[in-house]
Amino acid sequence: MQTEKIRVALVGQPNVGKSSLINAISNAHLHVGNFAGVTVDVSEVETRYCDPKGCEEYDITIIDLPGTYSLNDYSMEEKVTKDFLLKEKYDLIVNVVDSTHLQRNLLLTAELLELGRKMVVALNMIDEARQEGIEIDAEQLSVILGVPVVAVSAKTKEGIDELKKEIVTVHKKPQTESKIVYSDYIEEEIDRLVAFFAERNYPSEIPYRHLAIRLLKEDTEIYKKMHDEPIWIELLPLLREALDHIYLHSGKKNIQEIFADEHFAFAKGAKMEVISTKSMRAKSLTQKIDNLLINKYLGIPIFLFLMWALFQLTFSLGQYPMDWIQTGFDWLADQTRLLLGDTQLASVIADGILGGVGAVVSFLPNIIILFFGIALLETTGYMSRVSFLLDGFFHKFGLHGKSFVPLVTGFGCTVPAYMAARTLKSRTDRLITLFILGFFSCSARIPVYVLFAGAFFGAEHAGSILFLIYITGALFGLMAAKFLRVFVFKGEDDPFVMEMPKYRWPSLKLIYHVVYGQSADYLRKAGTFILIASVLIWFASNYPKHPEIEQQFQAKIEKAASSAQKAALEGKLQEKLLEESYLGQVGKATQPFFAPLGFDWKLGVALEAGLAAKEVVVSTLGVLYSLGDTVNATANSLQAQLKKYVSLPVALAFIVFVMLYVPCFAAMAVFKQETGSWLYLLYLFTGTTGVAWVFSFLTYNLVKLMV
Amino acid sequence: MLLTELRKGDRGTIRRIDADPELKHRLHSFGIIPGETLEVKGCSLARQTMEIDVDGTLIALRKEEAEKIEVEKEEHSALIKGE
Repeated sequence: MQTEKIRVALVGQPNVGKSSLINAISNAHLHVGNFAGVTVDVSEVETRYCDPKGCEEYDITIIDLPGTYSLNDYSMEEKVTKDFLLKEKYDLIVNVVDSTHLQRNLLLTAELLELGRKMVVALNMIDEARQEGIEIDAEQLSVILGVPVVAVSAKTKEGIDELKKEIVTVHKKPQTESKIVYSDYIEEEIDRLVAFFAERNYPSEIPYRHLAIRLLKEDTEIYKKMHDEPIWIELLPLLREALDHIYLHSGKKNIQEIFADEHFAFAKGAKMEVISTKSMRAKSLTQKIDNLLINKYLGIPIFLFLMWALFQLTFSLGQYPMDWIQTGFDWLADQTRLLLGDTQLASVIADGILGGVGAVVSFLPNIIILFFGIALLETTGYMSRVSFLLDGFFHKFGLHGKSFVPLVTGFGCTVPAYMAARTLKSRTDRLITLFILGFFSCSARIPVYVLFAGAFFGAEHAGSILFLIYITGALFGLMAAKFLRVFVFKGEDDPFVMEMPKYRWPSLKLIYHVVYGQSADYLRKAGTFILIASVLIWFASNYPKHPEIEQQFQAKIEKAASSAQKAALEGKLQEKLLEESYLGQVGKATQPFFAPLGFDWKLGVALEAGLAAKEVVVSTLGVLYSLGDTVNATANSLQAQLKKYVSLPVALAFIVFVMLYVPCFAAMAVFKQETGSWLYLLYLFTGTTGVAWVFSFLTYNLVKLMV
Repeated sequence: MLLTELRKGDRGTIRRIDADPELKHRLHSFGIIPGETLEVKGCSLARQTMEIDVDGTLIALRKEEAEKIEVEKEEHSALIKGE
């Protein structure tokens, strides 16, 4: 038998448990995909429903639209939802409603009803409402709204099958019977317009009533559509008259406001009719927790402690699997060399591909733990409290309270930090946060700092120097945010009006899906990019080949007396080869750029190689200073070499440069993906490089004067 | 009086919202509408942000936004709360 396909748009306000409901409906078949043209994800889920009578099979595709308080263009996510509902193809709307906040949720329901599409209302969290002593008469609500209303609970699975059944039933109906009753003076005008359309027998996809309402609401889309039709000439005077009547009666001049009042009256009226509250046990727990967590004095220390704990967990717990993965990839690389011998193919696989992919995959444990923590804070409702606490401080720098999450994540790794910026609703806030994130030193830069701090200030001061570097970087970030807000992304501040959701126990299934989806995203997108980048770096540092140099050195190495001499010669060979490679040539070519900072071509190459990943800076320096490429940050020999060849002003200038320039290719790839603009990536690259250069230059010259 | 003049624990009725249409629409969709009652639940340090309760929904507002909301304070609210 043929299966019929039903496309369902799932719409609801934020924090109504839409994602949990999707999980409950779809069992395990979750398929998250990107929606063309927008960076906000719209996920699709497929489920089957078998009608018990005829056992017809239905293929139900659920499109999980971003949560929205109302149908407007307030934030990027809300715009996605509105545009989807107005322009895309779908069969019906499932409006998810939070039973414990019925009145506010019905405001959106009223707007959805005006779209004139088929609709089912899911009264979610009905179990929670009952616990709070709220009884809702779903049948009565269904009569008022004119669409089926199903009481469901994603947690207890109550009503899930019935919801599927209603989706199929509504789908079979020819048209919606939804209705909102407005004040009499508006109803009169609607009737007049409907009569006009009926008289002319006007062909319309949506019911006349809805057409009339959308016209009265001055809906741009419908005006555009009807503007070129002959009926428009007759319609226009009628409409003008109708609007005049409405303005006169309401005493207001703004049609949107008049309809907002109508929706409010409707929502309030509907709520009064269907709800009976037995007791007032509600919300006491949330209030008690809030008294502690957003306490004027205790709130911020508690928050800082939680963040600190999350970080400790991310980087201490993540270290073990990170080492295992690294060891595993090293083993694979060794096996490849064994299997393929000393060939170019072995080199490109072992050094190029496995080295690069290994670097990406080894960050995965960190990312999983960090995202798990963030998802936990987000789903419990704590994140909104943090924004509340920090908005005052961040607002002074032109940032939003919510910017804190990505900024703190940035100290770990800039890649997940860019993705964490998605929690920011306004595009301006998001762009500013994305632009300054690179200034928050990621953990990959630590080896560079440790190397230089250890060499020039001794191991005992390295810790304080490291702390100083982090603070300076963060200050640069905040200043840059202020600068961008004042000079680049000008305009009005975005208002800070935010719901503080009730505290909830997190759903593990939901957290799993969030973490899984984001980790897969990271692997897929950053992974492919860094794969290409690492092969390119490998190529640039290995070609062109110079067999004559190699032969020359091989001969010397064979003649060498001690193994120490041999090692030294091997190091020299590596250095010579790198100098002659494309990377070395690039280094020499770009030397004039770095010369004013006191950098020689070796430091320049190290910085350029560092574009692939900051860890590469140290290994490149190792190769360049004749020590082979197996140097780690604490190797005293490299520190001694650096001290011999590099002066203090140059070293400080180098630290400043590393602190301020772009993190790595993977980060740039994600930045491009999150901003959706190559131009912004260009700005980021030139901007941060410029800042790094200028401050490096200042550091070099100031310290030179002082020493 | 303005919403910002209320203290923690004070209750009041919303009288007027003096904001641009976009923000007004936003406030409306949260249930912040003239005629509704609200209660101030808390303020952050330096009163930069405040938390209010409107019909069971907790909403955080920045000072700049709260200043646009005119309210009428419910007298003796502390007394009612004490009962």
